[in-house]
Amino acid sequence: MQRFSGFQLVAKALKSNREWRSQWRDAAPKAEYDAVIIGGGGHGLAAAYYLAKEHGITNVAVLEKGWIGGGNTGRNTTIIRSNYLFEESAALYDHAVKLWEGLSQDLNYNVMYSARGVLMLAHNIHDVQVFKRHVHANRLAGVDNEWLSAQECQEFCPPLNIDASTMRYPVLGGALQRRGGTARHDAVAWGYARAASDRGVDIIQNCEVTAIERDASGAVTGVQTSRGPIRTRKIGVSAAGNSSVVMSMAGVRMPLESYPLQALVSEPIKPIFPCVVMSNTIHAYISQSDKGELVIGAGTDAYTSYTQRGGLHIANHTLDAICELFPQFRRMRMLRNWGGIVDVTPDRSPIIAKTPVKGLYVNCGWGTGGFKATPGAGNLLAHTIARDEPHPINAPFTIERFRDGVLIDEAAAAAVAH
Amino acid sequence: MLLIHCPYCGPRSELEFRYAGEAHVVRAETPSEVGTDDWTDFLYHRSNPRGLHAERWRHIHGCARFFNAVRDTRDDSFKATYKVGEARPQLEGAAVEAQAPALSGDNLGTWSTEGER
Repeated sequence: MQRFSGFQLVAKALKSNREWRSQWRDAAPKAEYDAVIIGGGGHGLAAAYYLAKEHGITNVAVLEKGWIGGGNTGRNTTIIRSNYLFEESAALYDHAVKLWEGLSQDLNYNVMYSARGVLMLAHNIHDVQVFKRHVHANRLAGVDNEWLSAQECQEFCPPLNIDASTMRYPVLGGALQRRGGTARHDAVAWGYARAASDRGVDIIQNCEVTAIERDASGAVTGVQTSRGPIRTRKIGVSAAGNSSVVMSMAGVRMPLESYPLQALVSEPIKPIFPCVVMSNTIHAYISQSDKGELVIGAGTDAYTSYTQRGGLHIANHTLDAICELFPQFRRMRMLRNWGGIVDVTPDRSPIIAKTPVKGLYVNCGWGTGGFKATPGAGNLLAHTIARDEPHPINAPFTIERFRDGVLIDEAAAAAVAH
Repeated sequence: MLLIHCPYCGPRSELEFRYAGEAHVVRAETPSEVGTDDWTDFLYHRSNPRGLHAERWRHIHGCARFFNAVRDTRDDSFKATYKVGEARPQLEGAAVEAQAPALSGDNLGTWSTEGER
């Protein structure tokens, strides 16, 4: 791997930047691997990277049906935070935030992690009480979160309208997580792909898994793909919206439903928006990319679907809220909107776990909030695959929690109606 | 935005409807005799197919009734809508092209309790 550095940048620039090599090997599938990851998104690539780095398992393939960074990794709104209510969730997401903080150095790749702060607005007395509860729960769990008055919210985010006389749902205050922020989503996928490839992982694009093979005892023995069969005793499924489809190949029925989740971006403008603002109540969700676009998260559609589209009225609903909170954006033009497919569990918490099938592991159910967890989810999936048992952090996030009634009910944790 | 054929009212905008999950998920007749795994299946496990999906809708801003539909989750096209109590239409293969049923006044106002719900 060519290491990136200031010296390299200057040296290559003097030769017209013609000497940069491909960042990862575009591998062809081998006949057999020690472990196969299905899904070449951020989560799957991270899992492969940590398998190689922390567990010494380097004979690994990541199978991606499309191309690296072409799925939900490239379709999300790049928000990072860990201010979840329950201890299990706070520990899970904070594990990821801690990895985010050192990720650029670890990967030798600038993932542009920016701890610019995530501000969640309260609009009624119920919001105020719930968010204060969140703040206290987070501080007890060692996660930073603080309460701001409406005036303090505006000082933190100057474009915010707090004039109650002009608003149907005035801002009464907000909960701020300063370590929250954003990262560059494509860079996360590319950085993990490059670092994993450097450690021996084969990243195989345009390779769709069509079947999961099992022996007489039920244990996995390999996969069939559009590029031929591959033998392996360990499979990690990290297929986001398609998790149900992949898991059904192994005969496992999942507590998942897949919904379109939309997002949109405006035309690029000069830096105006210094943080991330979310509102659960009126459903706004906005930040500004380093390129200058306002990045806006809309809701999920009401019905299950795999279309990667969704209805325009869903996006419009979010814009109504944005225009009330930030009246100066009313004349902004929206350049693009799109949908990604998210797999939602009944308690809106993810599953990172062993499955009833020996050798089959799953990382799914991230719903509307998978991006923030990318390093942590990959790290914990790798641990679960390598040791054949969960790490204490992901031990509560089993499939069996629905049977056993040990739910981790974070349905109110996102600013997305779902 | 979807155009949905309510079997009672005819074609209406998606905004008039509320999605109500997978159809034909049957609650056990004798719940006390059902084991934990079956309860888990009933409560939480869904088929979530990439393809034809039988699902419930409710025409909340119209007749307010529940009805069932078969929709292709690959392109959101509705293949059929039918009344509660009617069997799921067989739409596999070429028959996928079948359109929403013709509108008629037959059985208008009846609420069948027969068969799967």
